[in-house]
This record gives sequence, structure tokens and C-alpha cells, in this order.
Amino acid sequence: MRRGRGSDALWFWVFVGPFAAGLALFTYVPLLWSVGLSFFDAHNTVTPTHFVGLDNYTAMLRDDAFLSSLRTFLVFTAFIVPVTYVCSLALALMVNRVGRARAFFRSVFFLPAACSYVVAAMVWKMSLFNGVRFGLANTVLGWFGAEPVAWLSTTDPPWYWLVIVTVRLWLQAGFYMILFLAGLQRIDPVLYEAAAVDGARPGWTVLRHITLPQLRATSVAVLLLLVVNAFQAFDEFYNLLSDARGYPPYARPPLVYLYYTALGQGQNLGLGSAGAVILALVVALVTVGQARWLRLGRTDADG
Amino acid sequence: MTISRRALLAAGAGTGLLTACGSNTGRGSGGSEPELSQWYHQYGETGTEQAVQRYARAYRKARVEVQWRPGNYDQQTAAALLTDSGPDVFEGGPTLDQIQGGQVADLTHLLDGVQDDFNPAVLQPKTYDGKVWGIPQVIDTQFLYYRKSLLADAGVRPPTTLDALVDAARQLTGKKTKGLFLGNDGGAGVLGGTPLYAAGLEIITQDGEVGFDDPAAARTLGKLHRLYADKSLLLGAPADWSDPSAFLQGLTAMQWSGLWALPQVRKELGDDFGVLPFPKDGAHGRPAVPVGAYGAAVSARSERRADAEDFVKWLWVERTDYQEDFALSYGFHIPARISLARKAGKLTSGAAADAVRFTTDHGHTAQPLLWTPASQTAYQDALSRIIKDGASPENELRSVVRKVTAELDRVKKNSQKNTKKKP
Repeated sequence: MRRGRGSDALWFWVFVGPFAAGLALFTYVPLLWSVGLSFFDAHNTVTPTHFVGLDNYTAMLRDDAFLSSLRTFLVFTAFIVPVTYVCSLALALMVNRVGRARAFFRSVFFLPAACSYVVAAMVWKMSLFNGVRFGLANTVLGWFGAEPVAWLSTTDPPWYWLVIVTVRLWLQAGFYMILFLAGLQRIDPVLYEAAAVDGARPGWTVLRHITLPQLRATSVAVLLLLVVNAFQAFDEFYNLLSDARGYPPYARPPLVYLYYTALGQGQNLGLGSAGAVILALVVALVTVGQARWLRLGRTDADG
Repeated sequence: MTISRRALLAAGAGTGLLTACGSNTGRGSGGSEPELSQWYHQYGETGTEQAVQRYARAYRKARVEVQWRPGNYDQQTAAALLTDSGPDVFEGGPTLDQIQGGQVADLTHLLDGVQDDFNPAVLQPKTYDGKVWGIPQVIDTQFLYYRKSLLADAGVRPPTTLDALVDAARQLTGKKTKGLFLGNDGGAGVLGGTPLYAAGLEIITQDGEVGFDDPAAARTLGKLHRLYADKSLLLGAPADWSDPSAFLQGLTAMQWSGLWALPQVRKELGDDFGVLPFPKDGAHGRPAVPVGAYGAAVSARSERRADAEDFVKWLWVERTDYQEDFALSYGFHIPARISLARKAGKLTSGAAADAVRFTTDHGHTAQPLLWTPASQTAYQDALSRIIKDGASPENELRSVVRKVTAELDRVKKNSQKNTKKKP
């Protein structure tokens, strides 16, 4: 049967059309609308009439709460990215070496990735790290005679970071471990044999000179994904630290702050949109810079 | 880890079923009467949801579908009011921005003849430009609950000054029990402006100016840091301040909580508890009791606005029997109607009587209309830093005063614009 060019086009639109329409309707229209809102005084309305130019942007850049939220999230990124990288790589190296029950270990470490951030945050907040003496962490401290710690309420030392970082680590380390495992299994065993023949002792030397360079492309992808994910952090922060009266002024990443500004009771959609645009620019800048620095697109073989 | 396509489909169908349940009103459809949706936030006390469903069913002129909404209720209503799919009738502030933005209907005419029967402490914050924008449903207040036996064991008298409260909390703190519970955030959220009233100040004055640009404010707020630094505060409890669990389980000797918790506390502790207002501080201080209430409001975008207003009038103005039931049968609230509060037998004895007396003598509006969310966030952030980080109250308050002044200028400008627009 011959198919005309017209029916090809038809099938193209049958398959692509719904997704393109959905993308336009639910992503591009709101995105452009939000950019538009950022130039208006839009309190409690999405169809504002009072044009204010760049006022929202200057207000946001002068807002110390917003600036401190940017700092918060730089600190968070600087911490969570290397820690997750090292942990998931270590897990992958270990799982890759076990002879028996490899599938079992792979599944066990990957399973948390299937858990939702909200559920995990609740478990961390309510049972592992609640502030009273019968929380799990405090029970363990109690065995050593230590005082219970209010993990999420103590600002000095900032114990809340321990809770936030561990929950994310638990949730995502397994996923990146799978990526590293895939990378590890693609390394040609001949390289290791050659290294052994040349007298390289297994361990640090082989890891440093064979494994890591061979994992380059995987590492770049993992790092990029980790940074983007850190930028999007919202769920666990919100669920761990917010209460009926709002959110404390610490550990407040930009998305949480903007959520309260734009979508909270304040409904200052203009100011919130301006913040979102600023944040998007920061994310774009960092990602492009990072991709340049890590020379994205080169393969493992390029070294 | 592979998920079969069939499992995914089944999960999808399950979600569909759940969604379908949300709109099930339990009544057959059909009939020509108009349909209204009414939103409530999730009340913690058992029976409240069934009660409001019962009231809605009793209304003859429209089919009222009650939505019971857990989670961040105020944010949900704020977002829903921007769309056509929001509620027709909802309980809410309503906030100044909602009023100025024309999002809620003017309900003044519903109160013809009975306006004086509503307690001014809760009616006034619903009034703007001389018009009423929400019908107060009940009066909600908060108190300091204390365990008489624990105080007696420690030789501590119920505190009547802030200094005494700080000392008492420290003395009552032991290995298993903390002295005081002000919420898991250390008090910044729930106390809000209450300590300022206790220092003899206000958050917003009658003339609409900042009411705490005063050295006394910094002095009083600074004392709250002592509570935190002494480790007298319970933090990280499984249930927050609005729930009396921490107090009932003996995790704390004193707890700041709502009047709504009183029936449960009395049931579990009998006579072994008392209530106090927030203690006064300084030479011009006075005890402080925050008073607030949700008002029943009508969305200006409702397609059945007149029907919605009729329903609000029926439930929150005419049916005093339901109003009394709602206020007193589940949680514990003082009826917003003075005539009802006066004849409510449950409010005449014991701690409940104390609570009513304190509210009458020392009640202040917890959320004046001009105290917008932006001002509140600025203040709450500062209070949190003062309490937990020991930040300098003077510096923190200075920046709050600056932000609140700017915010007050903004809303006043809006109000002038609105007045000009009118013919």
C-alpha cells in the first residue's frame, strides 16, 4: 500500500499534536504569562492593569529575604551535589564488585528512589528526627545519655541541614548509583588487565587512572542532573519545615520563598513572577557555565 | 524494576476513582435548585465535618456541596478565587487584598437589624470602608494552658508577668518535661503580635500606623529569647501548638493553644488545669488574649452570587441554633453573637468561664485587616530570628517597621484609588 505525503503529515500531527498542544498550553503559555506579570502590579489577579516596569525586579533584588534564599540554596547545592556524587559512586563501585546477589543489592539501594519526597519528608520529620525523646534519633542519643535535640527547630548548630540532606541523599543516591553502574559495566575489562600487567595495583591507582576517566560522560550527566535537581528543591524543605503559620526564615530556598510570595495568602503574583524570572536566569547561567566547564557532549572515550 | 503497563493502567484507573469520590455529595443529582459549593478548612475536632454537612443538607433553596479542605487552606482559597472554579461560599479572612481586589462580595445588607448583636472584636476586622465583607462564624481565642499539679509540685505560681513566665518555664523544665510549648517554631508563628499587646502596644494603631515603633517592643520580644536560650521550650513535638496532645501527654507543663482544645483537655485532665492570658510585661503592660475568627464570605466570581448570599444569611445570621451548635458542640468557641454567648451554659463555669472573662477584658484583634501577609511575614521572620538566633530585637524591629510602613502606604494608596473610582 502506498502512503501519500499528506497521510504522513496527518500521522505526524496525530502523534505529536496532543503533546505539542499540552506543552504549549501548560508550559509555554504560563511561562510567558508569568514573564508578562512580572512587569505589572498583580496583587490577587492574573489580569493586571497597572504597569510598573522594572519595579518588581528592583524590589526583589533589594529584598534581603530573597537574597538570603539564594544563598541558602547555593549552600545546599554546594553540599548535596558532592555528597550525593561520592555516595552514589561508592555504592556503585561496591555493588559492582559483589559476586553474589548483585541484583538484590541493586534493587535495595534503588528502591528509595521510588518513594515520594513528601512521604519521605514526613517519615523523617515525624519518626526519625522529631524533637521529643521518643524520636528514633533522640532514642539513639538517649542510649549515650545525651539530651534530646530538636532537629528541625535548632538554628545553632543548624541541625536542620542534617535532616534535609539525609532525606535527599536517601531518596536519590540509589538512582545515581544505577547510572554509575551502567557506566561501570561499559568499561572494557581489557583496560584493567592492561593496567594489572603494567603493575598498577588494584585500588586507588586503578580508580584514579582507569575507572574515573572512563566514567567521564556519566559523571558529567550525573553532576548536571544533581545541580538541576538541587535548584528545584522544594518538596522536602516545604514538608519538613513549614507549619500552619508559615515557614521559618532559615533553610528557605527560593522556590519556597516565591511560593509564599506569589501563591501564599499574599498573592503578589507580579513580585513572585519577577523572582521566578531572576531565578530562571540564575539557573540557566549556572547550567550553561557548568556544561562549558565540564565540556558536555564529549564521550567517555575522549577522556 | 519494571512496572507492567497493566499495573500502570490500574493505578491510573484508581486515581480516577478517587477523583470521582471528591465530588460525591451523597445525594442523587437532579432537581432544578441551584448548586452551591461551600469550603471549610479542616477542623480538628471530631463531628464538625458531619455537623456542617448536616446544616448544608437542611437548606431547602439550594443544593449545597460542602468541601472539607485539609492542608494550607488560606492559600488554596486565595488561589481558587482567581479562577471561576472556586467556591461560591467559603470561610476565610477575607484579606484586605481580596476586598480591595473586588474578589469578595459586600455582605453588609445581610446584617440588617442584627449588626449590633455581633461581637465588635470579630466584626470589626471584617469591616472595611464601612462595609462588612465576611460574617463572623465564631470567636476563636488562644490561652496559656497550665497543669496545676505540676506547678504546685515545683512550687511555681501561675505566672502573671512575662518575667514570671520565663522563670516558671525554667523551673518547670525537667528531664522528661519541658516548661512551655509555644509551637514547634518556638512561638514566632502563633504568638505573632500578642507579646506586643502584652507590652501595652498594638501592631497597627487605630489610625492605620505601625504600633510597635517603641523601645518597649524590643524589650519584650527580647525576653522571648530567654525562653529559648534557657531550653525551657518544647520543640519538635509530633503535634503542633493547635493540638493539646503535647500538654496532655505530659511533654510540657504549660502550652499555648486555642480555646477549641478545652473540651479535650478537661476530659483528660479533669480539674488539673487552668487557663491564663498572655502575661503582661513592663510598666504599661496588660494581659493579652488574641481574638480572631473566620468569616463566611461570598466569592465575587460566583455565578450564583445572590443564592450564595441567601445561604450565608440563612446559616450565619438566621439559624442561631446551628451557630450555637457549631460553636459549642465540637471544639470550643465563643459564639460570635453576643446574645448566644450570654445564654451558653457551657461557658459559665470553670476554666471556660475564665476564658470568656479574659476574652472580654483583654481581647485584642489578632489580625487587623491592614496587617497584610507581607507585613506578617516580615514580622514573623524577625521574631523567629530574635527568639532562636538571639538577633538584636532593635535592629530586627527597625527593618520590620520599614517594611510594614511601605506595605501600609501601598494599601492606603489602593484604597484611595478605589474611592476615586466610585461615581
